[in-house]
This record gives sequence, C-alpha cells and structure tokens, in this order.
Amino acid sequence: MDTYTYTAKDFKSDQDVRWCPGCGDHAVLNSIQKAMAELGISPDNTAVISGIGCSSRFPYYVNTYGMHTIHGRASAIATGVKTANPKLTVWQVTGDGDCLAIGGNHFIHSLRRNIDINIVLFNNEIYGLTKGQYSPTSKRGFVSKSSPYGTVEDPFRPAELTFGARGNFFARTLDVDLKTTQDVLIQAAKHKGTSVVEALVNCVIFNNGTHATISDKEFRLDRTIVLKHGQSMIFGKNNDKGLIIDGFNLKAVTIGENGITEKDILVHDAKCFDRTLHFKLGTMTGDLPVALGVIRDVEAPTYDQAVEDQIKEVQAKRPIRKLEDFLHTLETWEIK
Amino acid sequence: MADTAKVTSLEKVVIRFSGDSGDGMQLTGSLFSNLSAISGNEISTFPDYPAEIRAPQGTLGGVSGYQVHIGKNIYTPGDLADILIAMNPAALKVNRKHIKPNAIIIIDADTFDKNGLTKAGYKTEDPIEELGLGAAQIISASITTMVKASLADSEMDNKSILRCKNMFSLGLLCWLFNIPVDNAMHLLKNKFKKKPAILNANMKILVDGFNFGSNTHASVSTYHVDPTETVKGTYTDVKGNQATAWGLIAAAEKSGLPLFLGSYPITPATEILHELSARKDLGVKTVQAEDEIAGVCTAIGASFAGNLAATSTSGPGLALKSEAINLAIMAELPLVVIDVQRGGPSTGLPTKTEQADLLQALYGRNGESPCVVLAASTPANCFDYAFMASKLAVEHMTPAILLTDAFIANGSSAWKIPSMDDYPAIIPPFVHADMQPYWKPYLRNPENGSRYWAIPGTEGFAHRIGGLEKDNTTGAISTDPKNHELMTRLRQTKIDNIANVIPEQEVQGNPDADLLVVGWGGTFGHLYSAVEEMNASGHKVALAHFHYISPLPRNTEEILKKYKKIVVCELNCGQFAGYLRTKVDGITPYKYNKMEGQPFMVQELVDYFKTILDA
Repeated sequence: MDTYTYTAKDFKSDQDVRWCPGCGDHAVLNSIQKAMAELGISPDNTAVISGIGCSSRFPYYVNTYGMHTIHGRASAIATGVKTANPKLTVWQVTGDGDCLAIGGNHFIHSLRRNIDINIVLFNNEIYGLTKGQYSPTSKRGFVSKSSPYGTVEDPFRPAELTFGARGNFFARTLDVDLKTTQDVLIQAAKHKGTSVVEALVNCVIFNNGTHATISDKEFRLDRTIVLKHGQSMIFGKNNDKGLIIDGFNLKAVTIGENGITEKDILVHDAKCFDRTLHFKLGTMTGDLPVALGVIRDVEAPTYDQAVEDQIKEVQAKRPIRKLEDFLHTLETWEIK
Repeated sequence: MADTAKVTSLEKVVIRFSGDSGDGMQLTGSLFSNLSAISGNEISTFPDYPAEIRAPQGTLGGVSGYQVHIGKNIYTPGDLADILIAMNPAALKVNRKHIKPNAIIIIDADTFDKNGLTKAGYKTEDPIEELGLGAAQIISASITTMVKASLADSEMDNKSILRCKNMFSLGLLCWLFNIPVDNAMHLLKNKFKKKPAILNANMKILVDGFNFGSNTHASVSTYHVDPTETVKGTYTDVKGNQATAWGLIAAAEKSGLPLFLGSYPITPATEILHELSARKDLGVKTVQAEDEIAGVCTAIGASFAGNLAATSTSGPGLALKSEAINLAIMAELPLVVIDVQRGGPSTGLPTKTEQADLLQALYGRNGESPCVVLAASTPANCFDYAFMASKLAVEHMTPAILLTDAFIANGSSAWKIPSMDDYPAIIPPFVHADMQPYWKPYLRNPENGSRYWAIPGTEGFAHRIGGLEKDNTTGAISTDPKNHELMTRLRQTKIDNIANVIPEQEVQGNPDADLLVVGWGGTFGHLYSAVEEMNASGHKVALAHFHYISPLPRNTEEILKKYKKIVVCELNCGQFAGYLRTKVDGITPYKYNKMEGQPFMVQELVDYFKTILDA
C-alpha cells in the first residue's frame, strides 16, 4: 500500500512552463497538480494524453507518463491507453479547437463508450497557437483574423454536446476559481467513466476577457452558480438568489420576493439518470447564471471494464489459452 | 457406389464455382477444396465476388465465383478453369473468359429458361452457341427440379430447399473426382452440427448429386487427381486474413505482450478484425473504432501502455492513418499496420486486388519518416510476415507496415499448423530498474539504434513523448537545427540497421539465368509458376521475390547487378521497379505491369518473358 503523501510538487516536471504570462492555463495546471496530489495516485500510474494547441503542451509540465500527440486525436489515444491498461489513471488535456473541431468525432465516441478517462477541456473560444482564429465555441458574429466580418455560424456548447453523446459526467469551472477547479477535477477523477471538465480560460493575447462577463470579481457571484449535489441552487453576492422551475424552463428568482422562500428553490441532483435538467443547467445563459461545479455525475458501465469482463466471461467458458491449441480446434486433416 | 466409367489421372485441375451471390458457391468451393486437401492434394483457392452484397438475382452483376486449383506443385488458383459450375445463365456468361475452350461445364438446366436468359442479356436461345462454347463438354442437369422433388417431403420451405442446390453440384463433383461421398458428409456434419434438419437435407442432396453422375454417366470419364508427397503433420485450410490475425497472436505470445487491435471495418481487411475479436479466449483486445484514424490512434495508445498494438486496413484507410503513423515514428513506439491492398485510387475497386499502395506505405507521410515495410506472398505466409512485422516493430521500436492484398487475403491454401517452438523469440526492449540513474527517454541501444520502452506503471520512469521534435537524448522539445538533422538521421539509421537482422534475399530457379524475374508480395505464386514453366521449357530464368521492402535485404544490390536482364513484375504501374532504382544505381529493369484488379495469369507472364529473352 502506498503510504507516501503526495504534494503538488511531486507532479511538477523540470520543464519551464511556456504559456503566456496571464494565460488562464497556468491556474488550471496548478489545480490539476494539486488535485493529483490529493487523489494520491502515483505519477507512475498516471498518464496524461493531449492533442495539439496551447493547452495540449500540458503533459510536458506534469511529472507523470505523458504523450503530446496529434491534433484532435487525444481521445482516441487515451482510449487505447486505458483499454490496454485499465489500472492507469488517464487524463486527457485538450482545447476547444482540438476537442470540438478536428477531434469532435473521437470526443463524442469516447463519451458514448464511456471509457474511464478524465477530459479537461480548456475553453478559451479561440485558436491561440495558430494566432487567433475563431473556434467552434466562439460566439456567432465573433470577429477574428479568419472572421474579419464576424462568424456566421453557431458555436457548440460543450455541455450540450456531452449530454447529446450520452456523457455521464460534466463539470464546469473558471480559471480564476481555483477552489471550484480543484474540487471538480477531483470529482472528475473519481468518477468511473468519461468525465468532462470544461475549464473556461482566458486567452490574454488573442481573446482577452472573453469570459470576463462572468469571471470578473465584481459580478461573478451574481452571474454564476456553483452547483453542488444535494444542495439548493442558491447563488448571488448575498446568497439570496435561486433557481426554480417555471413551466418547462429554469428561472432565476430572489428569495423573499414574490413570496419565494428557500423551500421553493431547486435542490441539485447530479446523480439523476435523466439528463433533461442537466441539459438545462449546463446551457444556462442570459438572465440565468452560468453553472459551475459538477452538473452531472452518474455511474454507468465503463468500456474498459466491460472489455475486461467480456474476456473473463469467454475464458470461463473456453479453456483454450494458447494459439497452437486454438489452431488444432479448426477443421483439420492429417498427412501421415 | 462403384463406378464403371473410365478414370483419367490428372496432375492438376482448376475448378471454378459460380452462381448468384446467394447460391452458396463460396461454401461449395471451400468444401471441395478441403475435400481435395484431405485426399492429399495441394490446394490454392481464390474467391472472386462482387462488391454488391446481393445484386438482383440472375443478373451479371450478382455473379459470385470461387476458383480452386488442386494437384501437385500448386502455387496459384490457376489461370483458366478446366471445370466450370454455372448455377445460372449469368454465371456462364460472366465466366466465359475464365475457362478453357474444352472445359467441362456443369449447368443447372432449369435456370436456362427464357426468363433466365433474358436477365443475363443473351440475344439468342442457345447460350452455348452464342458464347462460342462448342468445344466444351456440357453436363446439363435439371438441378432445381431434382432438388425440389427430393426434398418435397422435408417440411422445409421453398427458399430453404433451393439453398441446397449447391450440394447437388458438390455431390456431382465428388463423383467426377472419385472423392468418397462419406468424406463430404463428414465435413457437412461438422458444419451443420447444430442444425439437424438442414444437415439432413444437404446430405440427401449431396448423395443425389453423386448418384446423378453415377447413374447417368454424366461424363465420359471421371478423374483422379494424384496426391502429393506432403510434409507430415496436421493441416488446415487458411485464408490470408486469418493467417495475418493469427500471426499477430503468435507474436503476442512470443513477446509476452498482450495483443491489441484498433480497427475500422473496410473491405478487404475486415476479416482480420473479425478473427481477432473472436479470440477473447486468448485474451485479445479489439476496439472497433469510430473511424480509421481512431483505429490507429487507439493502437498507438495501447502501444504506449505496453501492448503489442496493431491496426488493420486497406488503402483508403492507410491514407487516413498516415499522420498517426508518423506520430508513432516520431515517438518511436512499436506499431503494426496491416494494409490489405485493393484497387485504387480513392474507393477504387474494393473487392479486387492490386499492389499500388507500395509507395504510400514507403513514403505516404509528411517529413522524413522511415519505417519498416514488409509484404506477405501467400495466404499461409501472412502468418509468418505478421509475426515478423510484430517482431521488428517491437524489437526496434518502430511502426512496421505489412502489405498483403485482396488476392492472398481472401485466397486460401493448405497450411501445416505450425509449432510455436519453431518461431524465434521476441524480446521487447523494456527499461530495467538498474538503468534508472542514467536512462533518458531517447537513450538508444548502441547495437541497433532503438530507444528503450518504459511503459506507464513502471516505477521511476515517468516521461513524456510526442510528435514534436525531441532532443536526441533527453526527449525534451528541441528546435535546435543540428539536433533535428541528427534525429532525422538516427531515425533512418534505426530502420537501415534492420537489414542486419533480416534474412538475405533468396534467388530461386536457374542460378545462371539469362533473365531475373523480380516480384514482391502476393504475386509470388504466379511468378514462381511462370519461372518454373520457363525453365521446364529450356529457358534459363531465376526469381527474386521480395518480402522485406524497407529496409531491403542486404544482398539486394549484389543480386540485381548479377543478371543481364531483369524484369520487375507487379500489379501497379511500376512502383517497386522505381523504388529499386532509387536504392540500386544503374539498373534498368524491364517492367511487366497489370492494373485489372485481377492477379497475373501464368501464361501472360511466360509469353512476356519469352519476348524479353528474344529481345
């Protein structure tokens, strides 16, 4: 049994971190290193797989096994790592372009299979490494080098995509909210199955302030809600706002106004199998606060375990373990 | 069931089974080839089936064929058939070009009615005359009528009854070739173990077919194909795709590594995925990925995690995998890539054979990206080369691309079940604990230039690799110009060094030949047969048939410079010929190329070789 107590330092590599000063990725890196220490899984039993993009430089900065792969394919490679050796804790670090544009197919199929990997999706709504083109999460009309007159396409919302692909764990956090980040990363790692943590990060160079309307200290508490399983959906600077169901929709209300009491406020159930409310919570915008924290956390059979189980099941019925023995079960004839 | 007809002894014979793709001709053909093998004949088979799963019944597009060559010194499924089984007029028409003028043709007379002839597009009511088959010996049997009558009391529905027609032709062939009908029954009993009603119906029709031949003296002579002296042992009939799958399993056993296949269905490679998915008893893990790219990427992930990892595909899939293969080249991870070549470009001819992916395998990636390329040459030796591809990939930490093709992948030959003791060890270059003080991710074994393998879970060896250029020792990202040049050369040298461990190139045939025939991959049987025929007729011809393509065997230059005339024969526009010229200065080979989606014919090769020798 491993009795050593890990600290974040054990997960820092000897490489200099080369993200721009002020980039939101730094904060998430620190949070992941702290989360890894708290999880207490040895760096030798941890694999971090990334694709291409600013955030995908991540594996070089953590002192675990790691592979910085090719654009968009991290989900597929991580699937191979975990299927081959389910004992490993496998993280996938990816960005909005890597994961949702070129890698969209692999992302949704990881979710569908429910392979037990932890996907950390750094969403800065921009292509940073190629110097400032709009990404699949950029808002309609976004002006960038490749959309000088504004984009004419709608963005993906990662929560919606995750649930649409039958994902069973989705959390969201802000780069500036270290506590929530660390907390959701630990829950993501503990979740058995594909977990997606969307980290809203700032790109200080090409998309500065893209999340400012919710991340600025001034109004963060009024415009976001940190969801916690089993707790009332209350938010706001004064903890006096809450969410209720109004017809088929969610509605933000103020406790004490219009006869609303704390009892009327919804209690978050991240473990509910039905995704309907998780969809609603995950896509809140406009008058509703942006949901942070773990929105969905439902246990379901994992792919890697099912692969192992099926082999065991077949082996329990068929005694053959060597190729040569198998070949002799075929239709054969003897030449004497 | 003694027979009084004359028995003619044959050294070899080519039989072609054909009918609608639902007529069960592939099954009949493979049962017959197994029966011949059991009787001691060598066999080589080739299915020729349409891309359509079920084209309209009775039409030319729906004709499915299966050719089997039995006898002594059998290296190919044969050029033209001596015997054709045509279950309908369309089958007869489509196969007109595949048979000898004096062939024996067995037809189901019931299908040659007005309707059948119209569907197959005949202009007259006499198909034999129309096709110019006057010299052929026609055995016309009302198979449909007889099968219906025979099974009238069977309580089977009409569709199931008609499905037994193929057994009539098998029975008739058993009579024609003096094969004991009991042997066929034995095979059927295994095949339909769990379906007694179908078994009984099939056995009844089998005997009907046999008796029909015997009672009507359907042919003036019956035949006996002489058994050959074969190496003692237990044999099975193996298709190239099966042998490939099993070769990977053999390599996994020999290396002590778990086997992982990441793959996406694609004709004509899918059977490899099927075979390996079925081998959970042997602990094989397979992922049917969401696309070709994910197929290779899951394999790369599994390789990083310490498995013997493979991906199987055909040409279009190899194109999609190229970026990921390059990642494995850069990260220096073992990876086996199997390309069962088909006709290209683009979707091309999915069910037909070609050798046109050679340059794609060698060069179809960005940057300087050398890897191992091998080619299997017969259905059975797909096993050996899948094994060798795995051995080289693992021991040299590199992707190895194994080229097979639709011809050998779907074709079959008799295969002596090997003993694993006869195969060499595979030793993964794992790091070991005492290396820890000085180990770096790109530290190389000075003997072969390969880096060491530290798999996740190994204590004290956590490290990062990836697709960016690396420092030649530490593996840290490096853009240093000198380092990049050094790494480019190190990657090439690692592959070049493999020439030291692979066998020297063999030359078969006449050692003092006037003409050296050069080939590679699945054309071996035809080239070998053509060379034998040339030498038997007094010419002096040799054959150098390549299995190792990158790197080439170390004596390649010596061989190619030794002969006055060289002809490189391949099923493409001359890719191997061009490649050899980049590797061996000053050679100007003749080229024989064919791009019909079909294998060579021995006769066309012989004819061409003669013209070269006369030139």
